[in-house]
Amino acid sequence: MKDKTKFVQGNEACAEAALYAGLDFFAGYPITPSSEITETLAYRLPQIGGKFIQMEDEIASLCAIIGASLTGCKVMTATSGPGFSLMQEALGYAIMAEIPCVIVNVQRGGPSTGLPTHGSQGDVNQARWGTHGDHAIIALTASNHQDVFTNTVEAFNLAEIYRTPVILLLDEVVAHMRERLVIPEPGEIPLVERLKTTVKQGVDYHPYLPREDGRLPMSDFGGVHRFNVTGLFHDMWGFPSSEPGVVHGLLRHLVDKLENRTNQLARYKEYYTEDAEQLLVSYGSAARSARHIVENRRLRGERLGLLELQTLWPFPTDIVREKCAHVKSVVVVEQNMGQIMQAVKLAVDQPDNVFLANCIDGTFIAPSDIMNILRLIQGKGV
Amino acid sequence: MAVKDYLRERFFPHLWCPGCGHGTILNGLLQAIEKLGLSKNEIVMVSGIGCSSRITGYVDFHTLHTIHGRALAFATGVKIARPELNLIVPMGDGDALAIGGNHFIHAARRNIDITAIVMNNRIYGMTGGQFSPLSGENIYATTAPYLTIDPGFDVVELSKAAGATFVARTTTYHIKQMADIIRRAVLHKGFSVVEILSQCPTYFGRKNKAGDAVDMIQYFKDHTTSIGSKAKKENPDLLERGIFVQKEMPEYCSEYAKVVEKAMKGQ
Repeated sequence: MKDKTKFVQGNEACAEAALYAGLDFFAGYPITPSSEITETLAYRLPQIGGKFIQMEDEIASLCAIIGASLTGCKVMTATSGPGFSLMQEALGYAIMAEIPCVIVNVQRGGPSTGLPTHGSQGDVNQARWGTHGDHAIIALTASNHQDVFTNTVEAFNLAEIYRTPVILLLDEVVAHMRERLVIPEPGEIPLVERLKTTVKQGVDYHPYLPREDGRLPMSDFGGVHRFNVTGLFHDMWGFPSSEPGVVHGLLRHLVDKLENRTNQLARYKEYYTEDAEQLLVSYGSAARSARHIVENRRLRGERLGLLELQTLWPFPTDIVREKCAHVKSVVVVEQNMGQIMQAVKLAVDQPDNVFLANCIDGTFIAPSDIMNILRLIQGKGV
Repeated sequence: MAVKDYLRERFFPHLWCPGCGHGTILNGLLQAIEKLGLSKNEIVMVSGIGCSSRITGYVDFHTLHTIHGRALAFATGVKIARPELNLIVPMGDGDALAIGGNHFIHAARRNIDITAIVMNNRIYGMTGGQFSPLSGENIYATTAPYLTIDPGFDVVELSKAAGATFVARTTTYHIKQMADIIRRAVLHKGFSVVEILSQCPTYFGRKNKAGDAVDMIQYFKDHTTSIGSKAKKENPDLLERGIFVQKEMPEYCSEYAKVVEKAMKGQ
């Protein structure tokens, strides 16, 4: 087991997990703080016969992986804020054309060039609404390297199940921090492979006609079924259509296939939530400080709990409402100006009891920062 | 196989205007493919956005109608993943060289085995007649009501400079030459560019009083000549047609296969 234990950066954990998940093709463009993912895969992918290409920009990177995905490959790209902004149009294309792919955004401070080498969680709402038009999206995150690994594999699995792009929202702190990672044995985390059509050659194949369970079996480019893929609203053959029934049906399908499964898609961890009087809600690197303060205050008998969200979108409204139902106050701990706090406020019965503990100066939110907020809410003063 | 067997008749009639040159290009393209004897399953056609890009919907290949300007980036992903497939990328002038200019020069630089067809009607037709980077100077367009002042790109010179290893130009008048050039371009191992001058009587023609489709095709006949012809020497203003570049250079996917081989050996 010794060789399975590594001391690595979060970015390396992500790259290792992608390989574990069966990554065949990666396209990327250098950007801090995600470059180690690209560098690791440039080295590792060809060793297993996979393909790596450094493209001319982030737009091209996402376009290239979408193209490769259509040939049956498991694909990924990695970037940070500025690159993620450039990817938004192609992200919408992958949503519309229902093409499995994984997009890692290692968040840094923004807007614009912002703080390239500092942590932030400012892209949470961009992940949700960055691309234009009504749509649903899956975005996962993680606070430690083992979870980065697990959730990267999960991102690949969800991309295949739902034929959708999945966004992995990491942040600079987790990405560049080194800690222990145990690579799971093959088979330890189940992998979802692409659902292929069973329609025989010569029989009319409908690439965009969902099965009863909502899933769309695929046929690879180069295979026996030839079909059209487009970012326009399209019929069951993938041919452009502006017929109202077709447009309505497709948009409902794209949204419902994820929004109707919000609870199934919800990944989270909870610490001391059963009897908590105050609940912290956090995710990503900020959840490390949140967990520290919870463990610390529990030792002093304070009934503090933590709900660590790993699925940010679709937002696990029911779970958040349920966990917050019996607490006096909720403190959302995040490294932005309250992007998830807003979602929590919408989810809970008493939004006035939801507070924000944040840090937006590029430094990492410290347990003492959270403690001060808690004391203020408790009326104890700092 | 008859040319019509390459079409998805289910999706006709097409959306191109009467007199548009793009249908002629579709014809030339299918003639070339028929002559090559390629199986429909071996061809992936990738396009972007614009009148030209709708061509993918009508052909019975694996077809990918993508976003504006990015067709070559999508095609690059398909090609690297499955190098044995034939990638054909028809693009309009704005699609290829305005919004898509960066991808165009980088695909050429890599010499990846993709055939890019620039369907150049010197106008944005789908959006209603705005000028493109191939319109050139002194052209009327909805966004140039006082005539364009923007110099145009020369697709041939640009492609050569960017590293394309097959560069050709023809027009919708020269349909036999068009089919022959496309056939050679698809056979060429490396990045091939075929610029085809096409007519847009609806916008370019009407705005610039260039006459109807017949007049515009006649213009291609009268104002172009074979590369290095006597006519060119006598009248340097004529635009040359034919194959300007055809050379063997290392192709990207083949080179990457060597990288894989090296990595797998642990070198």
